[in-house]
Amino acid sequence: MSDKNFQQYWKRNLTYLVVLLSVWFLCSYGAGILFKDALNNIRIGGFKLGFWFAQQGAIYCFVIIIFVYVNLMNKLDQEYDVHEK
Amino acid sequence: MDVKMWTYIIVGLTFALYIGIAIWSKAGSTKEFYVAGGGVSPLANGMATAADWMSAASFISMAGLISFMGYDGAVYLMGWTGGYVLLALLLAPYLRKFGKFTVPDFIGDRYYSNTARTVAVICALIVSFTYVAGQMRGVGVVFSRFLEVSIEMGVVIGMIIVLFYAVLGGMKGITYTQVAQYCVLIFAYMVPAIFISIALTGNFLPQLGFGSTLNDGSGMYLLDKLDGLNKELGFAAYTDGSKKMIDVFAITFALMVGTAGLPHVIVRFFTVPKVSDARKSAGYALIFIAILYTTAPAIAAFARTNLLNTVSNKEYALMPDWFKKWEATKLIKFEDKNGDGIIQYVKDKEANELTVDQDIMVLANPEIANLPNWVIALVAAGGLAAALSTAAGLLLVISTSISRDLIKMQINPNISEKKELLYARIAAALAVIVAGYFGIHPPGFVAAVVALAFGLAAASFFPAIIMGIFSKRMNMQGAISGMIVGISLMIYYMLKYKFGTFDGGKDAVAGLQKDWWFGISPEGFGTVAMLANFIVALIVSKLTPPPPAEVQEIVEHIRIPRGAAEAHAH
Repeated sequence: MSDKNFQQYWKRNLTYLVVLLSVWFLCSYGAGILFKDALNNIRIGGFKLGFWFAQQGAIYCFVIIIFVYVNLMNKLDQEYDVHEK
Repeated sequence: MDVKMWTYIIVGLTFALYIGIAIWSKAGSTKEFYVAGGGVSPLANGMATAADWMSAASFISMAGLISFMGYDGAVYLMGWTGGYVLLALLLAPYLRKFGKFTVPDFIGDRYYSNTARTVAVICALIVSFTYVAGQMRGVGVVFSRFLEVSIEMGVVIGMIIVLFYAVLGGMKGITYTQVAQYCVLIFAYMVPAIFISIALTGNFLPQLGFGSTLNDGSGMYLLDKLDGLNKELGFAAYTDGSKKMIDVFAITFALMVGTAGLPHVIVRFFTVPKVSDARKSAGYALIFIAILYTTAPAIAAFARTNLLNTVSNKEYALMPDWFKKWEATKLIKFEDKNGDGIIQYVKDKEANELTVDQDIMVLANPEIANLPNWVIALVAAGGLAAALSTAAGLLLVISTSISRDLIKMQINPNISEKKELLYARIAAALAVIVAGYFGIHPPGFVAAVVALAFGLAAASFFPAIIMGIFSKRMNMQGAISGMIVGISLMIYYMLKYKFGTFDGGKDAVAGLQKDWWFGISPEGFGTVAMLANFIVALIVSKLTPPPPAEVQEIVEHIRIPRGAAEAHAH
């Protein structure tokens, strides 16, 4: 792999990381802790939304984030031909 | 059949299964002993990781803790799951590509220094030993409560089982037994939860049930009812909690980062065949964990509602059988302070007449909900599966640290593979005995230290590994000074504010609370110590020479997935 390709590949990976970790932060620390009181004014069934994020929603988001990353990286690895055979 | 008979049958069957698997998957080489030969499918590894990760504390204590903490319980729910995102995105694929056997391996090679390796080994041993002692204790407690043997006897039985399959099978045996243990523990957790959810709300999914209306004809939402009950008795509303926001933030963060830094979790990702499998496997692990972790808050809310409905302002003489039975174990205590024969369960310490141990919420749940005897036996088998699987994973880290990181890498590099395997087995056996000793004679601090093990892992390993992957410039001097500052600061804070070591012992702890740095509890301090580690490491590395060219090449090498299989043969 050429040096330039490698730099590009790594940069794309870092971009994915920054975006996904921001989502990770927002749905747990954001929705579940920092903005919990504001979100608690919204209700879904018996759940106050902030409480729901803290005890349920954040966990679902975590699972989704990991699988989004798995898919993005599998594509990226193919594109730069660094995937394992 | 009575509960005891059922428990003997179900626990006996599961133990026979674990031992059978151990014999079938005996390890023949060090590679099989350390990383199961690197050939575990991502799905099986995900399941094994989930069982490895979920300890007796997750299974027995967590739902109970949440039911007393309400909203604040979210620190455990988010803290013990969010770390898997960090693992999948920042650690697992790169460490898999690096392709060695242990965390100290990575630290030692990446920072080209045996000092760094030794510091990492010491951190790994501190973290793992404190954690494993708590597990053995958990085994003893479950045995004594359901099979009516003494706690000591329970610990010894647990030791023999773990000894058998950890020493014989190594990582290979442990992995496949953990897959079986996951199935047992998740089944045992879900069955009572589903029964209770249907009984209370008519909704069979506990995750939805605790956001539904009650089944009692009132049409009220369960959580609203719970908020009301809590407030009436002087507690904070269930959905509000009472910890400071900064502390909730810090504890959650320390638990997440600690999860991602725990050696017995990281090492699981060395067992899959490919880098892409390591990413996927972390995702599977989190799905399997999430099944239990999204059910726990539902159980917590159900159990709290049931408890308050059953006991609050009711006549003591009319309490159901389970109340009397658990009173005998001293996990429920009633003291009729005003002599009116009625149970006052309130926040105010002077007026409160009832103390309830958190562990009851899961262990007595089936009885409270009048479930059949086999369900109660199943819960016992589940608790044992959770405790044994975690203990085995930790023991492996301890034995690997000694046989590989100390003996093979430092003391005697020319050792034959056969001898190394023998040492690994001896180390595992010794570790079981030491852990068992602490299980029988728990030093008062074990329970407290288990929670702090996360702070220690966050303060030591996490920054060193992250910078080892994402910064080519990070050098030996930076990483070592960072780890030492991080873990020392954490230990200092823990001794001062958790044990009162510098102010005259345990009694001083409550008074010191107002001096907490930034209002952060010892449980959350791992976050601060981790930041200190990062900052010290960055400053020191700027002032000292960059790492040699071949080390910078290692860093480039681990950043691309291809070639992982070759790396393994080093």
